[in-house]
This record gives sequence, structure tokens and C-alpha cells, in this order.
Amino acid sequence: MKKQLIAFLLLVAPAFVFASGNVHLDKVDIDPANQESLQRGARTFVNYCMGCHSAQYQRYNRLARDLGIEDQDVMDNLMFTGEKLGDQMTISMTPEMGKKWFGAPPPDLTLVARVRGTDWLYTYLRTFYKDDTRPFGVNNMVFDKVGMPNVLWQLQGMQKPVYKTVTDDEGHEHQVLEGVEIEQAGSQTPAEFDRTVRDLVNFLAYMGEPVKLERQSLGIKVMLFLFVFFIIAYLLKKEYWKDIH
Amino acid sequence: MGMLIKSRDWIDARFPLTKMWEEHLSKYYAPKNFNFWYFFGSLALLVLVLQIVTGIFLTMNYKPDATLAFGSVEYIMRDVEWGWLIRYMHSTGASAFFIVVYLHMFRALLYGSYKGPRELLWIFGMMIYLALMAEAFFGYLLPWGQMSYWGAQVIISLFGAIPVIGDDLSLWIRGDFVISDVTLNRFFALHVIAVPFVLAILVVVHILALHEVGSNNPDGIEIKKNKDENGIPKDGIPFHPYYSVKDIVGVVVFLMFFSFVMFFVPEGGGYFLEAPNFEPANPLKTPEHIAPVWYFTPYYAMLRAVTIDIGPLSAKFLGVIVMGAAVVILFFLPWLDRSPVKSIRYRGPLCKIMLALFVVSFFVLGWLGTQAPTDVKTMMAQVGTIVYFAFFLLMPIYTKIDSTKPVPDRITG
Repeated sequence: MKKQLIAFLLLVAPAFVFASGNVHLDKVDIDPANQESLQRGARTFVNYCMGCHSAQYQRYNRLARDLGIEDQDVMDNLMFTGEKLGDQMTISMTPEMGKKWFGAPPPDLTLVARVRGTDWLYTYLRTFYKDDTRPFGVNNMVFDKVGMPNVLWQLQGMQKPVYKTVTDDEGHEHQVLEGVEIEQAGSQTPAEFDRTVRDLVNFLAYMGEPVKLERQSLGIKVMLFLFVFFIIAYLLKKEYWKDIH
Repeated sequence: MGMLIKSRDWIDARFPLTKMWEEHLSKYYAPKNFNFWYFFGSLALLVLVLQIVTGIFLTMNYKPDATLAFGSVEYIMRDVEWGWLIRYMHSTGASAFFIVVYLHMFRALLYGSYKGPRELLWIFGMMIYLALMAEAFFGYLLPWGQMSYWGAQVIISLFGAIPVIGDDLSLWIRGDFVISDVTLNRFFALHVIAVPFVLAILVVVHILALHEVGSNNPDGIEIKKNKDENGIPKDGIPFHPYYSVKDIVGVVVFLMFFSFVMFFVPEGGGYFLEAPNFEPANPLKTPEHIAPVWYFTPYYAMLRAVTIDIGPLSAKFLGVIVMGAAVVILFFLPWLDRSPVKSIRYRGPLCKIMLALFVVSFFVLGWLGTQAPTDVKTMMAQVGTIVYFAFFLLMPIYTKIDSTKPVPDRITG
């Protein structure tokens, strides 16, 4: 039984390995203090992501408070299915349904920015490309064979892959994915779409650690206190030790 | 005031309060030339207290249940008043504990603090180090993230490499065929009760042993050999107030570093809190790269450095032996060192070179342990392992033949 289980784990393990590799990631410059950006990100998240992904550790009222939105506005614009303001941002799709429909349950996204990093998310969300061999017709540059459809395609448009030919050490030629380019325009220009994704990533980073700004501002006060304390402690030590040679 | 003195006398007639105060603080004479390296003993005590206090508050909201554990940590981070601060203090404290203890141990290597008459003091200290490693290992499973789960999986599977009893032993440790709720629950018990209790006792014993033999110093000479007419060491000063006020300075500087990490980089660049651990444990999804937390990586690198089977013994089992030996060999340091002098100040070039090589090998192995193995890196780990063991196994030779400088009678400052 035990041996079988271990053998099973070893067999299936590679199928579940993170897909990342050494793909170049675009840098994203996010600002957790920019509430407007966070608000736009929250709207994109609720409209485009929360159909399948929960944010089960994030509460609506915390979001309202941290993002500077009135409670009533949150209820009117971000909550659609009769939740209460203090509820966590859960969804009605169960992991079992998700597994059936997408092959793997769509992960909860509360902490995704801390797992993947913001650059990865920013690149991932912008590099879906057309691939007819995939169930949803798209593949991704940083997450090969991803099970997720390109939910933002109406904004971004449809991208097609660009290949380059490389010759390996043994003289064989390979087609290697070099990048993507817009084939069919979406409702946003590329610059607008980059901003939309940047705001969304900003919001995901906020959800990963809502306390970040408070942590840093408290940190500055603590460091200042310790600096003053250091001077006093040092003078006290000097006073006591002046007779010791 | 009279009331206070009366109270003290009342207690002294029933409990050795003043006697203990004098023995361990106001009349404990410590050498007056302690330098930078002597801050880390009191800092280790500070971090221990910090870990116990923050740990108690974490326990009030943490749930040792495989379905609830991960969520309860996020609950602490988001919904518990100051929970994020308590949690970051505890996670930063874990790494700080090892940094402080490693520096404290390095001090002993520098100044020969483990040499007679402080052999037992060193052994108690090593037992604290072992208990600390156990405490860190058990505690790391509790957040129930991916790295918690798979790290524990890898380490417990090491016991499986032991011939004959291995499989049953790892089954017994886990309490299940895989790491599960059962494992989490028992690790919780060990982390919050069993090991801290042992740690606290060992710390008391370590300090009692220290105060019995007296502190070593950067010159490595015994201050008790030079006493004045009152029986007080001429080069000694009372721990309180001299070192109590000096240690406050050390504490403040330490807290500056500690607070900087805790408030501005709590993930410690992915070394103190690892990114995969923000994803809940998933038995069906192996992380791309499993590595233990940084403080175990030198030993992990030595484990992986062993790549050949010898007869019926598998490379994995031999790796476990090497890893265990790397820790155990530290216990024998007092008897491996044959130098007539304690401090590095009066030792010759051989000892200095070997100590430098040892430090380099420890850092290189520590780095290698965080990396995915490649042929070159495995070879580096093998060289590092040889250097690490050479430091100890050749010690009886090089400490004996090395030149020494004359040791002064009195401390030099």
C-alpha cells in the first residue's frame, strides 16, 4: 500500500510541478499607496477573475477600508451575490467543479502575489497567445500548457506567437518561442492594457499582505525610537565603564 | 525603603533571593575585556524569550489541523489585532535565533571557550543547539504551506534510508503513511510543549555551568588565577552593573537589525519566509525545488554530497550518516583540540588557516544547500564536506604541531 502510494506520488509529481522555467519576466512598478490604482485593480479582479478564483482570506470591509471606498460603493459595485460586508471574498464554484472543468481547480488568489511575485503575474497575464492545440485555444509564455483561458482577451485582443529558429550544438534546427504580437486588436490599446494589468497586479500584491503600508510606517517609528534608545544606552554604558581600564 | 528591606529579609529567610542575585549577577565576576563576540549569549537568551512570548500569543489563534492550519495563519496575519506583528516577530525570530547561536558558537571556536574546564558547558550548549534544530524543524511544519509539507516529507524520508528499521521508523515519526493531520498535530505538541521545555532546562543548566567555571575571554586565560586579598579576580568586574548596561547597548543594536528585517523585509529575501510556503500544503503537487530553511542548508548540502553506494549501504543512508556526523563531531571539540593555548590570539598560522577554511566551507555548503544540484555544485559540496570534516579530524594534529605565542598572565584588553 505504502510503496504503491509513493510510486503513485512519484509518477504524478512531475505533472503538477510549477511551470516557470527561465523565461524573461517584465518588471512591473506597483505602488501600494496608490488607492486609485488599487480600486481599478479590485474592479478588474471582481469582474474578470472572481468568476473562477476566490480570495478567501480577504474581507470586503477590509478592502473598503484599505482602498478608501465607501461601504455602500463596495456593496453596489463589487458584491453581486448577496454577501455581507464582513464576508470573505469566496466564490460558489467548488474545487471539484473547477477540477472537472479546467483539469485543476483554479487556485485561491489571496496570496498569489507572494507565491509567484509581481513580475511573474504581470508577465503571465500579458503573454497569452493563440494555440489551437490547447483546450481553450490559448497557451502562455511563462506558464506553458496553462489550464486557464485568456479571460482578458476582450481588452487585450488576440496575440499570436512569434518563433525564431535556433541551431543547437549538434546542428539541428529548432523553433523556439521568442515572443508574442497582437493579431487582432482588443478594446484597449497595448498601453492601456498594460496599465489595467499593472493595476490588477497592484491589487493582488495588496491582497497578499494588506498590512504592508502599516507595517512600514510603524517600522520607521520603531527605528527612530531604537536610535534614540541607542544613544541613551550607549551614554549609560560609558558612564558606568569610565573607571574600568 | 525600610519596608522594602524588611520584605527582602523576609524572603531571604525563606528563599535564597539575595544569594542568587549576588551569585549570578552582582558578584559574578566576568573578565573585563569582553569584545563584540560576547554579546551573543545574552542575545540568544533575549531571542528565546521573544520566541516563547510570541509563540504563546500565536498559539491562542493557531489551529493545529490540516484543514484549518494554513487559514488560521492568514487569520492571524489579517484579523487578529497585531497578529501580523506577532507572527513576523516569531518568523524573523526563528532565523535570528540561528544567526545569534551560530555567532555565539563561532566565538567559542575563536577563543577556545570549549577547552577545559569548560567541556561540559560546551556540551550543554551543543545540546541546546540540537534542541533548537528540533524546535525549528517541528515549527516549520505548522504553517502548513507547500515548503512546510515537502520539507518535512524530505527530512522524515531520510529516516527511511536506515537499513532494516528505516521504513517503520519514518512511519512511526509521521504516524501515517504520508505527512498528514496526525503528523501536524504531534509536531504542534512537540513544538509548543516538549522541546521548549527541554530548551528552557538546558539553558538554565548551560548558565549554571558557566557561572560555576567562570567566563572565558578573548585572551583565553583564567582570571581566577589572579585574585586580590578579597578573593575577587583582579581582571574581573561584576556582571551587574557592568555587563548588564553593556548588554543593553548590544540588545538595542540587535533590535535595530531585527526590526529592519521584521518591518521592511519580513520575507528575508525568500530565505526567512519562502515563497512556496504562501501556498497551502498540497500532497499531489511537488514544488519545483525543495530546500530546507537556510540554517539547515550546510548539512543538507553534505547529505547530497554523498553520491556513491558502498556495498549494501545506499548513498542516501551514507549521506544521512555524514549529515549526522557533521553535527555530532562538534560535541568532541574539547578533546580534539590539543593546543596548549585557548585563544586564536596566541595560536599559530595553522590553526588560523584551518578555522578560516572551516568558516568558508560552512558558508559555501550553506549556499549550495539552497541550490538545485548540478554536477559542478555536487563536486563543490564534496570538497566542502571534506574541508568541514578535515577541520575536526585533523585538529589533534595541527593544533599540536602549530606554533604558539606566549600567553600573558593578565588580560590585555
